[in-house]
Amino acid sequence: MAVELPDNVVVTKLDKLVSWCRKNSLWPMPYATACCGIELMATGASRHDLARFGAEVFRFSPRQCDLLIVAGRVVMKMLPVLQRIWLQMHEPKWCISMGACASTGGVFDTYSVVQGIDRFLPVDMYVPGCPPRPEQLMQAIIDLQAKIQRGGTMFGREFDAPQRQRPPKALREN
Amino acid sequence: MAEPATIAALKSLFPDLSFSEFRGQTRAVVPRRSIYQVLQTLKDRFGFDLLVDVTCVDYLHYRGAKDRFGLVYLLANVQTNERIIVRTFVNDPEPTVPSIVPLWEGANWLEREVWDLFGIRFDGHPDLRRIVLPEEFTAHPLRKDYPLQGRGERHNFPVITRAKS
Repeated sequence: MAVELPDNVVVTKLDKLVSWCRKNSLWPMPYATACCGIELMATGASRHDLARFGAEVFRFSPRQCDLLIVAGRVVMKMLPVLQRIWLQMHEPKWCISMGACASTGGVFDTYSVVQGIDRFLPVDMYVPGCPPRPEQLMQAIIDLQAKIQRGGTMFGREFDAPQRQRPPKALREN
Repeated sequence: MAEPATIAALKSLFPDLSFSEFRGQTRAVVPRRSIYQVLQTLKDRFGFDLLVDVTCVDYLHYRGAKDRFGLVYLLANVQTNERIIVRTFVNDPEPTVPSIVPLWEGANWLEREVWDLFGIRFDGHPDLRRIVLPEEFTAHPLRKDYPLQGRGERHNFPVITRAKS
């Protein structure tokens, strides 16, 4: 018993529709502490125009954002603040670690600089570069959109997957 | 640099000062016990009314160094454009100098920074707390015997996972 569908009706999964909505309206929270922040601003400005990817609304309140972009090094005094910002953001949320410093500590292998925020926060996309060009950041956002579309579910079941729950090992150097 | 007349007057007031000059900069090395009187005299009698900086040098493993810490006060006289560098040396344990906040209010944060990074105590400081590093930090990281990569402070945080957030 086949159901005849009119030509203007498309059948899809609700998960896919929700992910499509989410990926095209990412609201970034800029956490810019260094020169990567300048490139982040350039990305949002007119020349590179992040609005083409639906992610141009930078909000400075974590309550209104769902994409944390950590641009620049994070020192140990600032990390509790960053974690608090992450906890204040609403689900579903994603995190981009922009640049060498946010991802690995970069050249700042000193007592005060956190050697990669992914030791203490979940990170979805890493952007290499020192600092990365705006194109690279846009590519990361495009890749993140693909990731959201690929695995996103309406109730965020993808965040419950076991490999995401395993805490990253925070290295101790003593 | 300081005028020769100023240096001569200082020499007659404080005979245990030793003066030297390097590339037009006058440097006076003061024994620790008289550092406050020297700075007070410089401010009140010689018009060095601007405290440019208070900082510190750790001479651990330094060739020919006899003392551990060298404290540096940079002073300027805004009327005559004279400048002078006043230095004194302190040693472990408990390196301590009198605070000069009664003379220059601006020394407050400068001395807090030296205390934070070098662990030099300033007697009589109104509010000797850490200024740059977090309150719970225990070491003084600009000392030469502190490892560059720290003692694990940068890893000492809770890990936030997707499940917890």
